Amino acid sequence: MKVEQISVFLENKSGRLSEVTRILGDGGINLRALTLADTTDFGILRLIVNDNRRAVELLKQNGFTVGTTEVVAVEIPDRPRGLADILDLLGADGINVEYMYAFTEPRAGNAVVIFRFDEAEKAIATLQKGRVSILPGEKVYAL
Amino acid sequence: MQAAHPHDVLPRPELERLQLERLRDTVRRVSERVPFYRERFLQAGITAEGIRSLDDLRRLPFTTKQDLRDHYPFGLFAVPMADVARIHASSGTTGKMTVVGYTLRDIDAWAEVCARSLMCAGVGRGDIVHNAYGYGLFTGGLGVHYGAERLGATVIPISGGNTKRQIMILQDFGGTVLTCTPSYALNMAEVIQELGVDPASLKLRVGVFGAEPWSEAMRKEIEKKLRIDALDIYGLSEVMGPGVAMECLAKNGPHVFEDHFLAEVIDPDTGEPLPPGTRGELVFTSLTKEAFPVVRYRTRDITALETAPCSCGRTLARMVRVTGRTDDMLIIRGVNVFPSQIESLLVGLPGVEPHYQLIVDRVGQMDTLEVHVEVTEGTFSDEVKKLEGLARRIEDDVKDYFGVTCKVRLVEPKTIERSEGKAKRVIDKRKL
Repeated sequence: MKVEQISVFLENKSGRLSEVTRILGDGGINLRALTLADTTDFGILRLIVNDNRRAVELLKQNGFTVGTTEVVAVEIPDRPRGLADILDLLGADGINVEYMYAFTEPRAGNAVVIFRFDEAEKAIATLQKGRVSILPGEKVYAL
Repeated sequence: MQAAHPHDVLPRPELERLQLERLRDTVRRVSERVPFYRERFLQAGITAEGIRSLDDLRRLPFTTKQDLRDHYPFGLFAVPMADVARIHASSGTTGKMTVVGYTLRDIDAWAEVCARSLMCAGVGRGDIVHNAYGYGLFTGGLGVHYGAERLGATVIPISGGNTKRQIMILQDFGGTVLTCTPSYALNMAEVIQELGVDPASLKLRVGVFGAEPWSEAMRKEIEKKLRIDALDIYGLSEVMGPGVAMECLAKNGPHVFEDHFLAEVIDPDTGEPLPPGTRGELVFTSLTKEAFPVVRYRTRDITALETAPCSCGRTLARMVRVTGRTDDMLIIRGVNVFPSQIESLLVGLPGVEPHYQLIVDRVGQMDTLEVHVEVTEGTFSDEVKKLEGLARRIEDDVKDYFGVTCKVRLVEPKTIERSEGKAKRVIDKRKL
């Protein structure tokens, strides 16, 4: 039920982000979702791509520090309160969200939210109990 | 000429006779009481009786900082612990600090050389010494304190830090002499300016600054901003602490108190003594110390000795300004920092590899230390708070270990400049 996400350490200087996208693009990797967390000194680029193993390999070959993390992708109806309902559900069970990012998936008319939880298993159980649609990795990579 | 100690103005032949007598005594004492020296002297075939002139000094083996560390903490003491009245240790560091001891007579001699140092600056009874050197294991605070008391001056043992309060006390208590590191003096000058205090309204007349290398340009700046004479005091805990050498108002470089400390300048590569006026590594042999005598201790400081008479009348040799070091030791805000110490601190943290660089700069008047650490797979996280936590952890450890505030910057792997395959560990941007 989990999705693998790649994270890349970037120094806060110009050209680093384009370097990553160029390497992945030249390697034929397609980006599914991404978000950049930034601080004054550095950034962490988090990516979901169509071929994780290849993407990690390419980035490491090019000297980047790369990590992989398991995240949870949730499908949410694209309407007001769509996200709020889910966060309420998680909050009620005392589940903490480390970070999240969202994108809409126009073909299905749904939004996809990527969650990073401290306790992923517990979060998945809560979501399942609340009948929330969780997207398996294969489905996200192929979006 | 200002008042001077009789030994400050001895004709050189007389001074040298005194040095020879004291050198023999030191060699005799250490070979009787310190196994390290006994073995070395035995190997080199040296006895106190064999020391017939000061030239025989060159036959004695050198002592290095590593020797001191190898005998941590008290292995080179030449008196029983019961006779040790006080312990000091090299500034800031805990892991590999060098520990030194003093008998009551050592403390007395130390007070004497510090008093003579202050006399070089024209300080005496009636002066108020605002002593902003740190008190504690660091020798600066207590060394100057005892010297000022010995002279009959009034001491304000303010120690370092809390600059605004220092300035209030300078204004209210009327300090006439400021003693601290030169970078702290400049920092105080800046705060004085910020507070809108007129330096001319202060009673400050002279500053005795040391514990870190500084330049003529800094002297001019301090003198202009604080409207004082700024003088250079030299010392190191291994030899005594402050008061090994001190500049007089002629500002021609610190006079070495040669009746207590025998100074040589050697070629750091061959170990051969160099003639006066030639730059090399400064080496000291203590002549009167009881608890922690040192024989030909290599300071790693690069300087030259001048024996030409000084206009102040002192016959003591003068050191030219220290221009560098033969090792990679950094002095940051008066604290000794070896890159290897930061390295061992870094590798002690889980996942951290020793890919780092130290960037030392002087921003405004303060030395700054930035530690660049490459982020590796072992330390990387997708969460900002974990990476920021790592940076803070290193900052805290450096502060704990050295007492120096630093800024840690996490950088991408392989971004630290490597020269000939070897990483360049230190970039010192300070212009001294």
